[in-house]
Amino acid sequence: MKQIPAGLEALDYRFAGKTQLGAFAPVLVGVVGSGNLEVLLEPAAGHHCEIHIETSARGFGAIWQAVASDFHRRHDLAGVRVSINDMGATPAVVSLRLDQAVSELLP
Amino acid sequence: MNSRNWNSKAQGRAARLARASAALGTRLVHKRVASEAIVGLLEAVIEPGDRVCLEGNNQKQADFLAKALMQVDPQRVHGLHMVQSVLSLPEHLDVFEAGIASRLDFSFSGPQGARLAKLVSAGRLEIGAIHTYLELFARYFVDLSPKVALVAAHAADAQGNLYTGPNTEDTPAIVEATAFSGGIVIAQVNEWVDGQTSTLPRVDIPADWVDFVVVAPRPNFIEPLFTRDPAQISEIQVLMAMMAIKGIYAEYGVQRLNHGIGFDTAAIELLLPTYGESLGLKGKICRHWALNPHPALIPAIEAGWVESIHSFGSELGMEDYIRARSDVFFTGRDGSLRSNRAFSQAAGHYACDLFIGSTLQIDLEGNSSTATLGRISGFGGAPNMGADARGRRHASPAWLKAGREARAHRSGAAATPRGQKLVVQMVETFREHMQPAFVERLDAWTLQEQAGMALPPIMIYGEDVTHILTEEGIVNLLLCRNDDEREQAIRGVAGYTAVGLARDQRMVDELRERGVIKRPEDLGIDPRLATRNLLAARSMRDLVRASGGLYNPPKRFRHW
Repeated sequence: MKQIPAGLEALDYRFAGKTQLGAFAPVLVGVVGSGNLEVLLEPAAGHHCEIHIETSARGFGAIWQAVASDFHRRHDLAGVRVSINDMGATPAVVSLRLDQAVSELLP
Repeated sequence: MNSRNWNSKAQGRAARLARASAALGTRLVHKRVASEAIVGLLEAVIEPGDRVCLEGNNQKQADFLAKALMQVDPQRVHGLHMVQSVLSLPEHLDVFEAGIASRLDFSFSGPQGARLAKLVSAGRLEIGAIHTYLELFARYFVDLSPKVALVAAHAADAQGNLYTGPNTEDTPAIVEATAFSGGIVIAQVNEWVDGQTSTLPRVDIPADWVDFVVVAPRPNFIEPLFTRDPAQISEIQVLMAMMAIKGIYAEYGVQRLNHGIGFDTAAIELLLPTYGESLGLKGKICRHWALNPHPALIPAIEAGWVESIHSFGSELGMEDYIRARSDVFFTGRDGSLRSNRAFSQAAGHYACDLFIGSTLQIDLEGNSSTATLGRISGFGGAPNMGADARGRRHASPAWLKAGREARAHRSGAAATPRGQKLVVQMVETFREHMQPAFVERLDAWTLQEQAGMALPPIMIYGEDVTHILTEEGIVNLLLCRNDDEREQAIRGVAGYTAVGLARDQRMVDELRERGVIKRPEDLGIDPRLATRNLLAARSMRDLVRASGGLYNPPKRFRHW
């Protein structure tokens, strides 16, 4: 595990998925700026969608869990690692960026 | 025999005028008061306990007269009852700290809201009531007529005629109420014209209604309140604007409307000539407006969407643009805007089919409020714009459709056919710093307890709200058949807030089946297409360009 910078909170979620992604070039959307976030999609071994979040807004674990679960319910991806760098984006922006990233993957 | 004096107001007025004349001597020529004599004038004409209107508007401020009122001797002038729509300058509250005034009736305190709350809790000031603009103006003609009105205009002539310039705002309502009830009207102006070598561009207030005119050493302060930089509009706001246009404006065929202040509605204005055009809606929606001259509406005006705009007040930098678009705006013979808050509020209430605006908190009944703890701010015009006009009788398709939806599941008197105004609250489920817009209990209730108010300060009652629009979807409250459905419908668009997460998913799904809740995809909107590229202007510079160089933004909005 890499070191989490002070002040950030790290959250991890893992879902078993059905839509298996093969090899793909990593996808990056969004920017790390106030109220915004960066989403990186990379291929991963196995049949899971792994989501790793580093956020500057601490204490919103329950909301992240709901946002991550809804994302997985919408796309049901497998073989992917999702990395999020968040600077206090609202759940609406997070969901939008996630969907934008997936749409680059599955045109 | 009737020994009562039936003309005490006229006699009191004559006595005040005589005192002014004696106190000022040669510093008063006809109606013109020397600037340095202004404090003496106020001490001569204002009596302890008088109701005084110190004109404070959204835009222009009688700032010189406000400063002068602060300099009167509190031994002579005290216990004043201030009746004014907006408290925006520090002096508007300084007069209470100085013991010059003690009672207040008002509409909106914006930037002074926190200080006002402190003064109330310290017992320095007693609030009569917080009003809507129209409600306060109405009381000027019933039980709150000013004894002395201190107003602001751009210029006066030798007779005392006033030219207000584009920010006429409250002045006609204040002056009429004062001048015709035995009161005294004092105007500060930026310029004096002699009537011979120079004349007023037009007359906004006739000289007959004005008693004294003073030239202020500096032009009155004007606040650019309605300017929103398109650069700050987010993709989520673009998405919500798409939903508003397709899911509400097009759905009801809204031709006449009022927009609240803020980025959410600015996004709608900037999407009309792009997204609205692509839906073929030009000429079918948004033709007539009760609205300040929003710079964000320039692209839609230029694209031929807008037939008319009547304004509450003007907006800094829009003067030349308005002058060049006199078919659209209400303008005088001189070419500049004539605004009038009282008439525009009446227009918004009675002649518009839709109001849409933002808020800070919405509860499970749909009550909406911008009141926050530690502030007493009032709501200005929102409660009139955002309320069904119960006295309205003329029909329009949008009004009739909303009325049919509202009454379909009612019986008895409540089922009598009539229309209903569309009142839309547009909010992101989370505001800045993850503050939820949906709450179980409005802060307004706590504020009521803290400030000892008769009622919680609710901006728009749930009974009047017809639609709530968030990034998650639109809920049509008119289609809810009972309180349970209403609560679940609201939870159903409350996103990941605690209120939203506590939804009954089965009931929410059913409400969506019935079209009570509509998600973006139900409206045929792909959120991934909601990008800033859809905005007809993406910066202040774009707005200037769209205006053909006629719009001249205030310096603080010039980033290039």
